[in-house]
Amino acid sequence: MMPSFVRYLTPLVLFLALAALLYKGLALNPREVPSPLIGKPAPEFTLPELKDTSRQLSHTDFQGKVSLLNVWATWCVSCRAEHPLLMQLARQGVTIYGLDYKDSREDAQRWLQRFGDPYVANAFDADGRVGIDWGVYGTPETFVIDQQGIIRHKHIGPLTEEAIQREILPLIQQLKGDKG
Amino acid sequence: MIPELGHFALILALCLALVQAAFPLIGSLNRTPSWVALARPLAWGQFAFLALSFAALVQAFLGDDFSVLYVAQHGNTQLPLIYKISAVWGAHEGSLLLWALILAGWMVAVATFSRNLPREMVARVLSVMGMISIGFLSFMLFTSNPFDRVFPAPLEGGELNPLLQDPGLAIHPPMLYMGYVGMSVAFSFAIAALLGGKMDAAWARWSRPWTLVAWVFLTIGITLGSWWAYYELGWGGWWFWDPVENASFMPWLAGTALVHSLAVTEKRGAFKRWTVLLALLAFSLSLLGTFLVRSGVLTSVHAFATDPERGLFILMFLCLVIGGSLSLYAWRAPSISRGGGFDLVSRESLLLGNNLLLVLITALVLLGTLAPLLYDAMGWGKISVGFPWFNAMFVLFSPLMILLMGAGPLTRWKHHSPPELLRTLRVAFVVSVAAGIAAALPLLTGSISAGIAVALSVWLLSTLLAGLRQRLQRRSGIKGLLADWKAQGGRAYHGMWLAHLGIATFIIGVTFVTQFDIEKDVRMAPGDEIELNQYLFRFEGAAPHQGPNYRAQRGTVRVFKDEREVALLHPEKRVYQVQTKPMTEAGIDAGFMRDIYVSLGEPLGGGAWSVRLYYKPFVRWIWLGGIFIALGGLLAASDPRYRMRLREKVGARAAGKRFGAESTA
Repeated sequence: MMPSFVRYLTPLVLFLALAALLYKGLALNPREVPSPLIGKPAPEFTLPELKDTSRQLSHTDFQGKVSLLNVWATWCVSCRAEHPLLMQLARQGVTIYGLDYKDSREDAQRWLQRFGDPYVANAFDADGRVGIDWGVYGTPETFVIDQQGIIRHKHIGPLTEEAIQREILPLIQQLKGDKG
Repeated sequence: MIPELGHFALILALCLALVQAAFPLIGSLNRTPSWVALARPLAWGQFAFLALSFAALVQAFLGDDFSVLYVAQHGNTQLPLIYKISAVWGAHEGSLLLWALILAGWMVAVATFSRNLPREMVARVLSVMGMISIGFLSFMLFTSNPFDRVFPAPLEGGELNPLLQDPGLAIHPPMLYMGYVGMSVAFSFAIAALLGGKMDAAWARWSRPWTLVAWVFLTIGITLGSWWAYYELGWGGWWFWDPVENASFMPWLAGTALVHSLAVTEKRGAFKRWTVLLALLAFSLSLLGTFLVRSGVLTSVHAFATDPERGLFILMFLCLVIGGSLSLYAWRAPSISRGGGFDLVSRESLLLGNNLLLVLITALVLLGTLAPLLYDAMGWGKISVGFPWFNAMFVLFSPLMILLMGAGPLTRWKHHSPPELLRTLRVAFVVSVAAGIAAALPLLTGSISAGIAVALSVWLLSTLLAGLRQRLQRRSGIKGLLADWKAQGGRAYHGMWLAHLGIATFIIGVTFVTQFDIEKDVRMAPGDEIELNQYLFRFEGAAPHQGPNYRAQRGTVRVFKDEREVALLHPEKRVYQVQTKPMTEAGIDAGFMRDIYVSLGEPLGGGAWSVRLYYKPFVRWIWLGGIFIALGGLLAASDPRYRMRLREKVGARAAGKRFGAESTA
């Protein structure tokens, strides 16, 4: 038989365990969803280019260099927020591919004219089917892909100055260093 | 200047809350009548200052004062008037102000409608509510001040989130907060009773109408939220098991358990400790919901500004309120007297079973909501708990609960002989099983789930009718019904009737729409026709349409059945000017037996669109059930017996009952 005071303490003990869990939860970031694609080759795709419809873009384009793949759309406000940072990265000589996700061609071209074009090329994924293969969760997302076309990192949500300085750029340097 | 006045009024309200939390309580303990008497004027004072503060924020939105940061973020000169007002509670800071104002409103209500209660009791209740008010006001003032200025002021504001620009969502948060905050009244009554060490039937009787009203608001808020999600999100779903939805559902479940448990405590003096614990739990879950929504520990489709610093503040507040109240419970509960005994087959047992199931479901929802966090914290990896888990668990436990729900009202308090009970239930049982089998026949639906749902609904309905028959026999027929309306306990009974009928309606709605809805994703060019479940949809193209603060592509879809036009629908794809997020506005033809639902997907060039067509049978029954439940709760709360002079009579009755109970135990 349980002493009665223990019985009446049970709710309190349960709550304290919950509070400890919540306290720990404050330090964690639920948006940091690890992608199962990390360490795997970029999913295969072939899509028309955004500006030049006669050109095709595919997963083989990533071979031979360290590049970023940025998933974006004109309807996405956060994409607009991160856009200046992409421009800055492009000026620093980082190769950035775009995946224009569930968008309209005209809107996307107008956007690039208006805000500048940081991309070497853009795959135009009108119905989002390639986005599904890439496990796109919501725009914007940015993948770091190495010389062998293997995905090394995935950033969910808009890029920030901090994320670029602390994660993306060091990773690019390291990947470039690996293969000279 | 006006925003500064609002800010100042907020500070004054906090000062009054500090006084209110201390003096009336201390006065009630050391018997200082002048301190006890402070409780009511202080509650009014707080309400006045918070109303002033709220009015200042409304004024800032109406006058497009973008020098106030919060207005600059969420206001806009182009917003229609109703959304300028609802933008006040459209985001974090302002919704906290609404929370605090509603809390003060409940305090004033307690101060006004408690003339019959012992003065010390009222003082303690208001002091506890003052403590809660301190938490929320200081949270606002220290981390989330809605009156912060910004310099230089922008010329145009950032606009209210387009998702929230909807009449349903303009009133959804106030309703929900009325419910959340209303649970603080039952909580404060419980704390006051624990402090005073006197826990009797009178305490339960005082708490009951307050709990019912808060629970009704919560019901309305959740129903509105579900209805809004259905027509606004464009997926045709009505419940998503999103953490924010769960945050409102858990206090509702606990509140439902509390409403029933209070009935036992009032009528039979039993379950006292359990009832107190539920009262603490219902409000604690409301607070926990606030934490989950605003701290950013869980991801949700609801876009609240989240911030770990705010999270830490709320967590500390949670620890003080919940930890403090549960400590008080652990200290005081052992001295609470046991209530009247009861046999295994008695209404008490069935209500206890219902309570345990409700608490079990609450715990499972909590577990499902927190599981992603738990896994992450323990380093077990990341998971997300989706629909299947929550649904499976509901399908598992709710039939059991419905069985108890049907039998409960037909069972007598204390003791009911099993053979007699079986005789009473026999007809209802046979009728419902027959109805279930008939519904499951291939001729009608051919679905076992539908059969079970029909059986459960008919079980509820037939047991309710059997109960009504018994009651009318005892009260001389239909004439008695009118008298019943005015008599004590009459409306409580009919309220129960209506609320349970709401559950029956809800079950039918949920099961049928889940089992038989038909959905089709198609490409439609102007003039195209598609047939879906005997309805013919003709797409007549989409044309640009200019709204007050958005532009849209507005489609025209005509729906025919048997060559006759039944509906003309205009689904829209909107883009709001400031937050250029595309929004789907579904075209819905609502009907009692079915909804026809059309939403526009993406333009496919050449005037063609991807279009989503739905046929949703009985979907209205889900919200109709919610409305019945809420009306039932209101009816029960309006029962005349809560308005009698309580002090003397209740004491006498409770004493009599306790004596009766002991003699049989």
